[in-house]
Amino acid sequence: MDKANAPHKLNFDTSWEYAEAPESTDHIEIKKQYGLFIAGEFVPPKKGKYFDTINPATEKVLAKVAQSDASDIDRAVKAARHAYDTHWSKMKAAERGKYIYRIARIIQERAREFAVIESLDGGKPIRESRDVDIPLAAAHFFYSAGWADKIDYAFPCRTPAPLGVAGQIIPWNFPLLMAAWKIAPALACGNTVVLKPAETTPLTALKLAEVIQDAGLPPGVVNIVTGDGATGAAIVDHGDIDKIAFTGSTDVGRVIQKALAGTEKKYTLELGGKAANIIFADAAIDQAVEGIVNAIFFNQGHVCCAGSRLLVQESVAEEVIAKLKDRMQTLIVGDPLDKNTDIGAINSAAQLERINAYLDLGKKEGAAMYQTNSKTPDKGYWCRPTLFTDVAQSHRVVREEIFGPVLAIQTFRTLDEAVTKANNTQYGLSGGVWTDKGAKIFKVGSKIRAGVIWANTFNKFDPTSPFGGYKESGVGREGGMHGLSAYLKLQ
Amino acid sequence: MEKTIKAEARAADTGSTPAPSAAAKPKAAKASKPASGARLGIEKTYKLYIGGKFPRTESGRYFTVEDAKGDVVANMCRGSRKDFREAVVAARGALNGWSAASAYLRSQILYRIAEMLEGRAEQYVLELQQMGATKRAAAKEVTEAIDCLVYYAGWADKYQQIFSSVNPVASSHFNFSILEPVGVVSLLASKEKALLGFVADLAPIIAGGNTVVALASEANPLPAISFAEALHSSDVPAGAVNILSGYRSELTEHFASHMDVNAIVVSGGDVKERKVIQELAANNIKRVIVRKKLGVYDPYQILDLQETKTTWHPIGG
Repeated sequence: MDKANAPHKLNFDTSWEYAEAPESTDHIEIKKQYGLFIAGEFVPPKKGKYFDTINPATEKVLAKVAQSDASDIDRAVKAARHAYDTHWSKMKAAERGKYIYRIARIIQERAREFAVIESLDGGKPIRESRDVDIPLAAAHFFYSAGWADKIDYAFPCRTPAPLGVAGQIIPWNFPLLMAAWKIAPALACGNTVVLKPAETTPLTALKLAEVIQDAGLPPGVVNIVTGDGATGAAIVDHGDIDKIAFTGSTDVGRVIQKALAGTEKKYTLELGGKAANIIFADAAIDQAVEGIVNAIFFNQGHVCCAGSRLLVQESVAEEVIAKLKDRMQTLIVGDPLDKNTDIGAINSAAQLERINAYLDLGKKEGAAMYQTNSKTPDKGYWCRPTLFTDVAQSHRVVREEIFGPVLAIQTFRTLDEAVTKANNTQYGLSGGVWTDKGAKIFKVGSKIRAGVIWANTFNKFDPTSPFGGYKESGVGREGGMHGLSAYLKLQ
Repeated sequence: MEKTIKAEARAADTGSTPAPSAAAKPKAAKASKPASGARLGIEKTYKLYIGGKFPRTESGRYFTVEDAKGDVVANMCRGSRKDFREAVVAARGALNGWSAASAYLRSQILYRIAEMLEGRAEQYVLELQQMGATKRAAAKEVTEAIDCLVYYAGWADKYQQIFSSVNPVASSHFNFSILEPVGVVSLLASKEKALLGFVADLAPIIAGGNTVVALASEANPLPAISFAEALHSSDVPAGAVNILSGYRSELTEHFASHMDVNAIVVSGGDVKERKVIQELAANNIKRVIVRKKLGVYDPYQILDLQETKTTWHPIGG
């Protein structure tokens, strides 16, 4: 390439350093120990067992939380059923809505506390918990609240009715946000809830229980139970639950779908992904590079809809990869509470081990690995932003969900080749397309078999926007008008 | 049910697999002998419908369908796992074309199927009568099947407008959700009303741009297999609809477990069968749609077999 036509190189190589900008933790309140939130009160688990939840950035214990077993789940379901029968299903829909509005408002008021605890417990950068997770969680309650007395309008010629008690199991990547996605529409549609947060990130859900108390919800409308996979299984298997909503891995989703076989329980599953992010040569390359970074490094790559496969058109591949490496080098890995941090802590030791196993595997399979040389703290769980090039479609780092800041890069020549590669996966949660041509966006967007298409953007979420997967990425939608039907019988 | 059909009583959809047809009389045995000098009738051979062709089952097996009097009406293909797999390949191959066909075209093709059925109404009435329906009931079932097709023909270019949305997101993006077909669908058709049940199960699947592999009612597969002829002359692309006959208890497992089938529609059947199907369907997170009631026609049946796709684009200069 001659000099005149050489692509503009962004100059990140300066002597400027960022001063530390830690968010203070003095305004938050975490109890030493949390019981289960059943029938409006915190109660100890029957067997008296507790487990630690730790800060993945320091490996220090934040609190002890209750390990519930089947008898605790039974208590919670009974409370939910009682609340459904005596209060929630009989209340005027508009009044139900007002309770949900209250929850939204209190979360907004306590947003800073929630953001800090989210980052402490889960390891995500404060910038993300502050600007994405918590505001969106409040927005979900606010959006759903308004539906409560308007649901009839969403289903022409049908009479929607609530299902009863919903059992909800959520993951550790967006703890409060996932709780909001699940609880808000369930309540708006007139159901009561038993929700289990993930084992490694229970704190914001337990703080949400306090908000629910403060909002004055009738006891038992929302019950929050903590525990591990066995606790989740006890929810799935409980005979008096009418609906299961699960977000997590495809493997666990399969187990749940099997467990529900032969029952009348409704279910929605939001499962894994291995999304292709397609960069065409006519894209605005610098913007696309930012988009790639956001697609895979947002929330340490702990995102089911992450753009974990980059498909870049051959003619610009060299330029895109060079710019991407430059940009990655500027990403700050470290203290989640520092407002400068781009990539926080990996959520748990187990997840870090899983990611590292994939890094070894990728190298063993013959791919070329690139990692930035960012400094990482001594304590805690960390993974530097990572690229794999020279990968084949058959490589496991191309096929399997890693759920970490690890990007596999492939190239393509034609639109058809890009689409074929993008669709060569059992997943179908999301997809990205970057091009300056509107017609191409519609063509590629319509051919990618996935539930969410981001065109010239990535990883955007909104309560009004339905979310969910094709194929093995799940069943059903959450959010928007389409998300309501998951919590209703349409008579 | 107008009248108990012997064949139907024998082979409940979820019953155990009847023994191979060795004991049954082959069809030729009952063929009526014409009076001297009269013309010998031509009897129809019922075959499968796969990829726009009418093959016999690769298995070489058959089962007999008897009329109300117990006479053998036809030797039906006893479709095999391999037939099913070939039909799935055909359905997958046809998916891109059929799902990308304009809504207007799909609507016209469904209407065309109704036209073809109307033109052959007499044939279907006779077939239903042969299996024990009264003439009046048979005629009613055929006209209802035709009207059902016209109904869904009308929906093919409208359900998108009813169920899609533009979503008012808070950020500076244009965001909309549209419906797309779920993909390849397997269908265990209703055993009730062998023609109308089949058509009512099938129409919403194809109106929504999916392709399908269907198993006709085991008790009375004749009308569904004959329906393939109407499809075949209606510009339905080869492979978009594939129809098998065979034992439901033998094929259910394959309809539910195939990894390249995106959804299964189960019409009728009992809890035991449903449990098996749902367990197998979980292998590839297949959508399982259970139809318990015949005679519900509405666009929500189309919606059951659609995926919602949401697209974001920034608004800016």
